[in-house]
Amino acid sequence: MLERMHGRLGDVLFTWFLVILGGAVLLIAALMAWELWSGGALAFHHFGFGGFIASSSWDAVKGQFGAWPFLLGTVITSALALTISFVPSLAAAIAIAEYTPPWLGEIIAYLVDLLAALPSVVYGLLGIFVLIPMLRNYIEQPFFTWAITKAPWLLTVLGPPTGIGMMSAVLVLSLMIIPYSSSLARDAIKLVPRSQREAMYALGATRWEVVRLVVLPYARGGIFAGVILALARAIGETMAVTMMIGNGHQLPFSVFGPAATMASVIANEFTEATGDLQMSSLLAIGFLLFLLSLLVNFIADYILRRMTAGEGRK
Amino acid sequence: MNLRRRYLRDRVMVSLVFAGTIIVLLPLLFILGYVFVKGIGALDLNFFTKAPAPPGEGGGGMLPAIAGTFIIDIMALAMGGLLGLAGGVLMAEFPDHPLNNPLRMVANVLGGIPAILMGLFAFVIVVVPMGGFSAFSGSVALAILMIPIIMRSTEEVLKLLPWELREAGLALGLPRWRVTLSLILPAAKGGIITGLLLALARAAGEAAPLLFTAFGNQFLSLSPFKPMDSLPLKIYVYAISPYENWIRQAWGAALLLALLLMLTNFLARRATRR
Repeated sequence: MLERMHGRLGDVLFTWFLVILGGAVLLIAALMAWELWSGGALAFHHFGFGGFIASSSWDAVKGQFGAWPFLLGTVITSALALTISFVPSLAAAIAIAEYTPPWLGEIIAYLVDLLAALPSVVYGLLGIFVLIPMLRNYIEQPFFTWAITKAPWLLTVLGPPTGIGMMSAVLVLSLMIIPYSSSLARDAIKLVPRSQREAMYALGATRWEVVRLVVLPYARGGIFAGVILALARAIGETMAVTMMIGNGHQLPFSVFGPAATMASVIANEFTEATGDLQMSSLLAIGFLLFLLSLLVNFIADYILRRMTAGEGRK
Repeated sequence: MNLRRRYLRDRVMVSLVFAGTIIVLLPLLFILGYVFVKGIGALDLNFFTKAPAPPGEGGGGMLPAIAGTFIIDIMALAMGGLLGLAGGVLMAEFPDHPLNNPLRMVANVLGGIPAILMGLFAFVIVVVPMGGFSAFSGSVALAILMIPIIMRSTEEVLKLLPWELREAGLALGLPRWRVTLSLILPAAKGGIITGLLLALARAAGEAAPLLFTAFGNQFLSLSPFKPMDSLPLKIYVYAISPYENWIRQAWGAALLLALLLMLTNFLARRATRR
């Protein structure tokens, strides 16, 4: 038998073994897209694809379901978190790659990466018991009381100052996505050739001018790809957001008020869904979330590939 | 611009860069310190040996969640590891195989979609046909989460090995499967283990895919076909509960989970270094 396995038969069996398992991986991915689509088909059929996306009422009692508040919630929270986290994460990347001795840079890099290793529920736990009370007592309530007397028109924009809502969720989200954009930016900055920096220093440039005029422009592709990947993380982040955002069904247009994202509404309501239509609507939101993250990842992939392909032309 | 202004600007901007770095690091150090201080008090003998007490009553522990975490994650690693390794070996050792391009694309796609969708998928294809929540369905969700990570790391590690190694094996008359199993995989052992452990660490912290698959269980259950608890799930449930004792234990569980994940990450880094 062993003789035979050392002939062609063994190789044929081995290749087939790998191909079957590899095929299973392909099948899983295809099945996933298909199941989310067909699971949501009832909702898409009932409300129409465009109607489901554009409708902003979510009412289990009336049987009205629309994805718009959650789609907006996801887009707004992610965009805000990205804006807040961009400067600090880039600063950390520059400090690690340019301004610190290697041993210190390594420690800082390890710590920044540790932010990504902490589970999402732990961020949520800290959010509930530390950030929410802090925001409520020291920022939201004082600001709200100020607004009542001085700028009543602000009140509708602010929303209830309970601490639970958009602001807390966005702050935690921006902390959570820092390691993703920072580590790609760090790698991109480290890829900038030494000769570029040395030429600048030889011309008498200061440390900041070297970074500003040479390093950042050279590494911009990687920095941007990191931002897009961080965006993908923010879009899919579930537990911490679910625990802090308040899970409101209204449009996410108030600063302190409760809202929901696509991921959080699924996490929050799927096990308690009453009736096929609500279940299907949640699966349909899952399908939209799938499409959105697919789109974002393809953009990041495209940028990264163009960056590596165009390396010589800069 | 005169020289003094350039120097001044340099000093200001470099200070700002360090200030930004500190803004990133401070919350992390605060989180680690706070979780440690809050959690360490909850980690007593009961925590590791007892099932949860009913709400409002004192005492009780996390045994079902701790055992469940290990069971669910090991089953997930077995499934995800097999599929991920196979995909990675196929892409690295058979570079011309027609499945490789689709596989690479799928690794990208699966790696980029939110973990909660793995939970939805496992619900639809495992929980619904099997008629109830189960630890196995949770493992399926986590395994899908692990596959792209393992696939990519395996491919990268194998590609680092020189082609001469394979040629030497083939020249000795070994068939390709022996070359792969007896030469390539042992040579890449460290890197492969790193990939497996990183995937494990990533999946073990996730609660979202388990919400409607493993579901959680107040009692100790070792059956893969019954609902099972896990630490991330328990932290979520306890954190949003109104009971003092449960919240205290949520901090303990957070500390334990964070320590386990850091240990896994540490082992992953060590495996490659040797």
